Amino acid sequence: MADVINFFSDFFYNNPYGQVAFPFVKIFAILIPLLLAVAYLTYAERKVIGAMQLRKGPNVVGPFGLLQPIADAVKLLFKETILPAGANKIVFIMAPMLTFVLAMIGWAVIPFNATLVLADINVGILYLFAISSLGVYGVIMAGWASNSKYPFLGALRSAAQMVSYEVSMGFVIISVLLLVGSLNLSDIVMAQQGSYGIFSWFWLPMLPMFVIFFISILAETNRSPFDLPEGESELVAGFFVEYSSMPFALFFLGEYANMILMSAMTAILFLGGWLPPFDIAPFTWIPGPIWLFAKIALVLFCFLWVRATFPRYRYDQLMRLGWKVFLPFSLFWVVLTAGVLVAFDMVPNS
Amino acid sequence: MILQGLAFYLFASITVAAGVMVVTSRNPVHSVLFLILAFFNAAGLFVLMGAEFLAMILVVVYVGAVAVLFLFVVMMLDINFVQMREGFLQYLPLGAMIGLILLVELVLIGGAWVVSPEAGGLAAVPAVPAGELHNTRAIGNVLYTDYVYLFQAAGLILLVAMIGAIVLTLRQRAGVRRQSIAEQTARTRAEAVEVKEVSTGSGV
Repeated sequence: MADVINFFSDFFYNNPYGQVAFPFVKIFAILIPLLLAVAYLTYAERKVIGAMQLRKGPNVVGPFGLLQPIADAVKLLFKETILPAGANKIVFIMAPMLTFVLAMIGWAVIPFNATLVLADINVGILYLFAISSLGVYGVIMAGWASNSKYPFLGALRSAAQMVSYEVSMGFVIISVLLLVGSLNLSDIVMAQQGSYGIFSWFWLPMLPMFVIFFISILAETNRSPFDLPEGESELVAGFFVEYSSMPFALFFLGEYANMILMSAMTAILFLGGWLPPFDIAPFTWIPGPIWLFAKIALVLFCFLWVRATFPRYRYDQLMRLGWKVFLPFSLFWVVLTAGVLVAFDMVPNS
Repeated sequence: MILQGLAFYLFASITVAAGVMVVTSRNPVHSVLFLILAFFNAAGLFVLMGAEFLAMILVVVYVGAVAVLFLFVVMMLDINFVQMREGFLQYLPLGAMIGLILLVELVLIGGAWVVSPEAGGLAAVPAVPAGELHNTRAIGNVLYTDYVYLFQAAGLILLVAMIGAIVLTLRQRAGVRRQSIAEQTARTRAEAVEVKEVSTGSGV
């Protein structure tokens, strides 16, 4: 065993080919578990919603229906890819690829524990914010390139919705950054380490912002109750009506990967990232990444819970909530946070 | 070093190519998409120069917000491409003349270009010594102290532009039924529901 580890560490750190290959190995070490997580998130969603509606959910394919996501993937893979005759071919094919890629590259900056991070960049949180604000392009391009009415309406809705909620998300992030004094994601997590364990994390002092952020990420990922871009009751399936087979699967994977990415962002900003809830023996035995995954899973469960609970918002109410409620309130909270920090002389890294 | 050089030429050539495509592509939506590509590669160039904060802000503000609204508007335009290309030859002399004038002006300006004599001195002594602070903090230190009045002035100009846009587009129409959330939630059962005793066969 030690020989094998020695061989690999020697190869990756000292061999020139190994040094080139090492980043790719790290990228795959993040992406492959991520794709598996996406597949099983769809399974979890069906099981959780099934349980909430007193149904069984998938239970036929494999033990407890565990092979259902694999079966779905294979089914989509073998379907025919249809390019509508009036579609703008290149943009039509690029849109799902863009959505999928954007959902993947955000993971480059997520810190799994104090040292385990692919790219530890100084502006990590801004990078994540930029990536999430690009997500709207996949939807708009798909809607426009389909050259069809329902996708176009879905795309327009989505563009307006995602731009609106991004603004209040930006203010939430600023108010958290005021407490940290750094844009680095590892610094944000370390700033939440305090003597009160779970009560030092930012969810408590920033409770209203935590709630606003959670609601905003629901809107940002087009999840119910804000899933108007794909509102099947009026738009058939919204912006991806014309997609089939693998392009459709890429949209699907992208949406769920985005959910996981946004949950990771919530865990890092408000739930202490990889930190254990209490800094005492049984909790500190469990390694940091496991805590991070547990927190991500908690937020994801809330995503599914909300979906099973709330009816879809009306579009004007959605816009009102974003612009007239969240935006003024989060702006006020930024000013309040800054005022308190300056008044009590608690500005970090000043 | 070689990798950085390669990345620079990759980003730079894509930026220039995308810029050319913005003005030459026939479909305006493609133009906007190429514009986004150009923004994106400009952000890459910023990263190569070590200005990662500017790069991210470029992506968040221009790509994430401005270009979305741009694309939004361009997509909704109903453009007849055949009609647009009509009379190309007719307008060609005029267009060529304007282009020529602009070219001559550019050459004249370029010929008389003098780099400010203070610029070299300023570049030699940066406001914040390199490597001590990362540039997010360095920008903040300069922007909110030395240039705070200019910064506020820029904010005021944007505010005026915003108010102007609202004033220009706001229309007060009579007879529009608006939803007042406060009024709705303040309703009580007494004013919303009326119970009437209806005798059988007579109606209300």
